[in-house]
Amino acid sequence: MERQFPIRQIMDEQGRIVEHEYRGQITEELVMAMYRHLIRTRTFDRKCVSLQRQGRIGPYVPFEGQEACQVGSALALEDEDWMFPTYRDHGAMMTFGRTLTQTLLYWKGRTEGCIPPQGKKIVPPYVPIATQLPQAAGAAYAEKRKGTKNAVIVYFGDGATSEGDFHEGLNFASVFNAPVVFFNQNNQYAISVPITRQMKSKTIAQKALAYDIPGIRIDGNDIFAVYFHTKQALERARNGEGPTLIEAVTWRYGAHTTSDDPSKYRDQEESKRRRETTDPIMRLERFMQREGFWDENWANDVQERVNAEVEQAVAEMDRYPSANPEDMFDYVFAEPTWTIAEQKQAYMEWKRGMEG
Amino acid sequence: MTTAVNTKTLTLVQAVNDALRTMLKERDDVILLGEDIGKNGGVFRATEGLQAEFGEDRVIDTPLSEAGFTGAAIGMALNGFRPVVEIQFLGFIYPAYEQIMTHAARMRARTMGHFTVPMVIRAPYGAGVRAPEIHSDSTEALFTHMPGMKVICPASPYDAKGLLIAAIEDPDPVLFLEPMRSYRAFREEVPEGKYTVEIGKAKKLREGDDVTVIAWGAMVPVALKAAESAAKKGIHADVIDLRTLYPLDKDMIAASVQKTGRTVIVQEAHATGGLASDIVALINDTSFLYQKAPVARVTGFDVPVPFFAYEDDYLPTPARVLHAIEKTVNF
Repeated sequence: MERQFPIRQIMDEQGRIVEHEYRGQITEELVMAMYRHLIRTRTFDRKCVSLQRQGRIGPYVPFEGQEACQVGSALALEDEDWMFPTYRDHGAMMTFGRTLTQTLLYWKGRTEGCIPPQGKKIVPPYVPIATQLPQAAGAAYAEKRKGTKNAVIVYFGDGATSEGDFHEGLNFASVFNAPVVFFNQNNQYAISVPITRQMKSKTIAQKALAYDIPGIRIDGNDIFAVYFHTKQALERARNGEGPTLIEAVTWRYGAHTTSDDPSKYRDQEESKRRRETTDPIMRLERFMQREGFWDENWANDVQERVNAEVEQAVAEMDRYPSANPEDMFDYVFAEPTWTIAEQKQAYMEWKRGMEG
Repeated sequence: MTTAVNTKTLTLVQAVNDALRTMLKERDDVILLGEDIGKNGGVFRATEGLQAEFGEDRVIDTPLSEAGFTGAAIGMALNGFRPVVEIQFLGFIYPAYEQIMTHAARMRARTMGHFTVPMVIRAPYGAGVRAPEIHSDSTEALFTHMPGMKVICPASPYDAKGLLIAAIEDPDPVLFLEPMRSYRAFREEVPEGKYTVEIGKAKKLREGDDVTVIAWGAMVPVALKAAESAAKKGIHADVIDLRTLYPLDKDMIAASVQKTGRTVIVQEAHATGGLASDIVALINDTSFLYQKAPVARVTGFDVPVPFFAYEDDYLPTPARVLHAIEKTVNF
């Protein structure tokens, strides 16, 4: 199966293009956009870990190491497409249009963090595992029924493939030929459990065979492989050719969340080694240097602009008005039921009395 | 000006079919999904003839996959459709429970109204038809406890049609429980075309000053029979058919129990954590000082719904309800 589903690269670890047919499409403009988003997501992610350590946001889910998966796939989308992310995909969400402030608000425990950016179909992050897959299949089928060319991307991890909803989502999408891309980030650990405990299968991509849909295994740290293979899968979806399963093989450097300690369950030397050899940003830098796109001053400028944007978002988060408890009650139904209306009134009166 | 309305004499399951047909005609965004609902017309024939009339794109046979097609329906509801999903039996809904609890019911709250899930989940429920095991559950309280869901349970053909249409038009997710024991138990005049019965409103089926009897779904005929027997003994009952289980009709319940001061609640489901307990709490909250006797509950037992050889002993009967009425009145 590993031979039938080889890990495809467009750019190797040294930043060399190994699939030359893509060369013409790798423009300087595209590369610079990719680099900017990679730096932006990594900088933001590190800032969030630091904010969590300072107690300024709640428990946080880092994605460092997986930036190429998230940025590359999100850049492949069209504006009218749908995104069904998990709790680790704020890199993809940011790239597709969710603001940094909203992302921070989400991790600060604020509902406002789930409001989609104007005109963007980004559903809020899915916290239970794999439940988003059947929903993405349904949203995609709805696009097909409307006769649009819009597609859906849905993210999930390696652990999610053990859930029943993985099967039910892929099966539904395949039976109804729904325009959806199932984008798996195989970071090889579901919290502490390695992939060998999730499956005996050697690859995740091979699971596509069971649904008679294309299954593609790519190097998730090669942003070109992620971008172009996702774009092709989305094109197939738009052209009525149905769903695709993409397995992007990657690695998270850090913890599952800021509440766990990965050194308890895996050798941190492995993360160190991968950071030094297969890091997605380092690889793109190598490519840029090799191709003569690299400009130290420009890169410094990108970093400075990103730093400023992140600091501004943190300042906006800090300035944000405090949470209004009435919001808990006001959005459960279109019209509150009497139980909710009574509970709200009684609680707010009591609270005002206490504060009064 | 009023216009004469044509009616048809329908059973409850035919009224469900009529509601679905009416809404498939009325709105292009209505779409049915479920197992065997197409050619087969559903295991109870609730969707009989609808695929032939509206096509395979609107009446969709899905894979055997409750979480899958419920999840897909949520995705369709997020994206502009009004799906009506059929779960073959309520006892088979549990694989979809996570989809309903975690997503359908809270999408509006999570996104402050930016994404909504206007969908209906239909499920036949209840015992009393000699069905194989697991086909007889009445776990409505699992869903009345679920913030963000409305739960409806009609007892008559007229209400079934009017409430199902109201549920399909509701902007939020609704669980629509159909008492399979009453599917073909009797017929009733049902108006042709579109009409709605308001969600959240109970119906008074019988007037009396001595005791209030509250029931829903398949327990409504049981409550009525008990009330008839009580009347022969000079005890006159207000009989309330709840029709909607969440939100409850607080006003009708409170007005009745304040008048009678005595209440018997008839619930098919297990006792502990059931809807009847919530009704006791509602009476406590609204009408404590009017009560002349403790509120009685006639319920199923805290045991798994048994194999059908035992169901006559498990299910509340008119005799058990009558006993509770007499005990309450003589307290």
